[in-house]
Amino acid sequence: MATTVTINPVTRIEGHARITLHLGDDHKVHEAYFHVNEFRGFEKFCEGRLYTEMPTITPRICGICPTSHSLASAKACDAIQRLIPTPTGVLLRRLAQAGQMLASHALSFFHLSSPDLLLGFDADPASRNILGLAAKAPEIAVKGVLLRKLGQEVSERLTGKKIHVLGMVPGGMAFPLSEEDRAALLAQLPAALETCQMALGILKGYIDSHRDMVASFAMFESPYLGTVGPEGALDFYDGWLRWVDADGGVLAEVPPQRYREFIAERSMDFTYLKYPYFKPLGFEKGFYQVGPLGRVNAATRMSTPLAQAEFREFRSLNGGRPVHGAFFHHYARLIEMLYCVEELKRLLDDPGITSTDVQARGHRNALEGIGHTEAPRGTLFHHYHVDDTGVLTRVNLLIATGQNNPAMNRAVLEVAKQYVDGERITEGALNRVEHAIRCYDPCLSCSTHALGSMPIDMSLYSASGEELDRARRS
Amino acid sequence: MAGILVLGYGNPGRGDDGLGPALAEAIAQRDFEDVRVVTAFQLGVEDACALKDYGAAVFVDAAVEGPEPFFFREVGPGDPASFTSHSVSPAGLVGLARDLFGARTRAFVLGIRGYSFDEFGAPISPPAQANLEAALAFLGARLAAGGGAPALAQGAAVAPAG
Repeated sequence: MATTVTINPVTRIEGHARITLHLGDDHKVHEAYFHVNEFRGFEKFCEGRLYTEMPTITPRICGICPTSHSLASAKACDAIQRLIPTPTGVLLRRLAQAGQMLASHALSFFHLSSPDLLLGFDADPASRNILGLAAKAPEIAVKGVLLRKLGQEVSERLTGKKIHVLGMVPGGMAFPLSEEDRAALLAQLPAALETCQMALGILKGYIDSHRDMVASFAMFESPYLGTVGPEGALDFYDGWLRWVDADGGVLAEVPPQRYREFIAERSMDFTYLKYPYFKPLGFEKGFYQVGPLGRVNAATRMSTPLAQAEFREFRSLNGGRPVHGAFFHHYARLIEMLYCVEELKRLLDDPGITSTDVQARGHRNALEGIGHTEAPRGTLFHHYHVDDTGVLTRVNLLIATGQNNPAMNRAVLEVAKQYVDGERITEGALNRVEHAIRCYDPCLSCSTHALGSMPIDMSLYSASGEELDRARRS
Repeated sequence: MAGILVLGYGNPGRGDDGLGPALAEAIAQRDFEDVRVVTAFQLGVEDACALKDYGAAVFVDAAVEGPEPFFFREVGPGDPASFTSHSVSPAGLVGLARDLFGARTRAFVLGIRGYSFDEFGAPISPPAQANLEAALAFLGARLAAGGGAPALAQGAAVAPAG
């Protein structure tokens, strides 16, 4: 007789999110902690290898944002070689990045977050997913899948591989883009644009009909960080780091090579994720947010027309100042998604995109290199030290989810204060805490260097430390 | 619609998690007729689009538990359909392909038992390598015999318990 075998997850080693809520003497939530209990030493694994291997190795950190890791790595290698990539190499890198950002944002919105919005926070968790969405609104689910597929297809056509991106190399890209591939991608953009606009319509409709919830959901002010290009335009690939305060005032705008002067990290005893903060403001006041909301709040403008119109409408929600509240990560994500499609069109229309001059070549000319880029979840840094034979002696990866860690903790606290009442964790409270984390679309694989999904295990403690209740969502 | 899709997934950079891609690549080298082989880091919702073009799909993955050297079973309606940012279950993909694209693809899971998943850069462990070879012999023989989904289903009945 056959025995039953659990095949899900078959291989995944889970990045486990544990949340603890602590009541005060007044029986209200006073503290909340988002614990990450696993750690893998990816940096240590890289030490002793040749730096030129890194653009191929680092995509294996994570299957969700491999292009970002490969790109940051290739840029660090550019710096070690003191090499300027060819113009076509830059166009292709930007193309790959826009494709990955589109794929990641589409996945986040259509498949992870929109079921909460369209089926309701209190819908049965077993059906509050893309299958439930497929049953209720199949046309939306199909468009979401096709948008994600287009983003993935950009990588596939650039590199021949979907996940293990092998195209990024020091000095540019390894492969040119064919005219056939360019045409095939361009043909899909009109439909993709419509899907992005549809998604924005869905989200804006939700905000209109849930104004009180949206305005209060994990609402707190903070500084923001994003990469900006000329005239403060949001840029995924390159530019300067810009921190703004909660009112939009520029706190610092510096080349990414100076990141260590402005970002410090502190270890906390309850999590393996460090607490990064904006050094000039100190630990208590310096936690900042990255990712879609960080970028859109830090930028002055978008460089494409449709995204710019959405950007203006978005910023008008708070009189032109940064817009606060975890829920608005979704809104910013969709503006970026629209920007991705416009950016893909701009890049694919550039006659230089199919040139075969894709890579400049060089050799080691420096002992240190810093590569930076915007990953879907926020600003990413790869920092390498090498010896004079090109062997890596020190590697530091500063990951977006790590930078959002203090904000995620704050978001969990705010939601718990609002929805946890008494000594039990209700289904509604668990759902909303789960969604608060989902707003940040965290990638625990990157940040802890462990593969996996994110089951949530939440405990409620009394002021005396007694566990009052526990709830789990796998 | 008659072809077979073999989709091997996992992270070759993390020890035995690379069992799925390793088997898929070995199958690809044999160049079976009407068999398309794909390797991936993990399954994604977009893979639902591809399923509709095949009569059968074999999802090849490493298994952290279960029988040695492997199990082979058909994906059934009772299997969990999970979706997270980092993974989609085979049952989830089959459900999506059915609901969104009208796919009638029969799907099977070949779970090869692995033991070591934690260390970056580690090769497939020797005991997992032996399991891989057993699984390769099993699936290779099934594909060589032809017969599409019905033959694979028959194989599910005689494979090690799963």
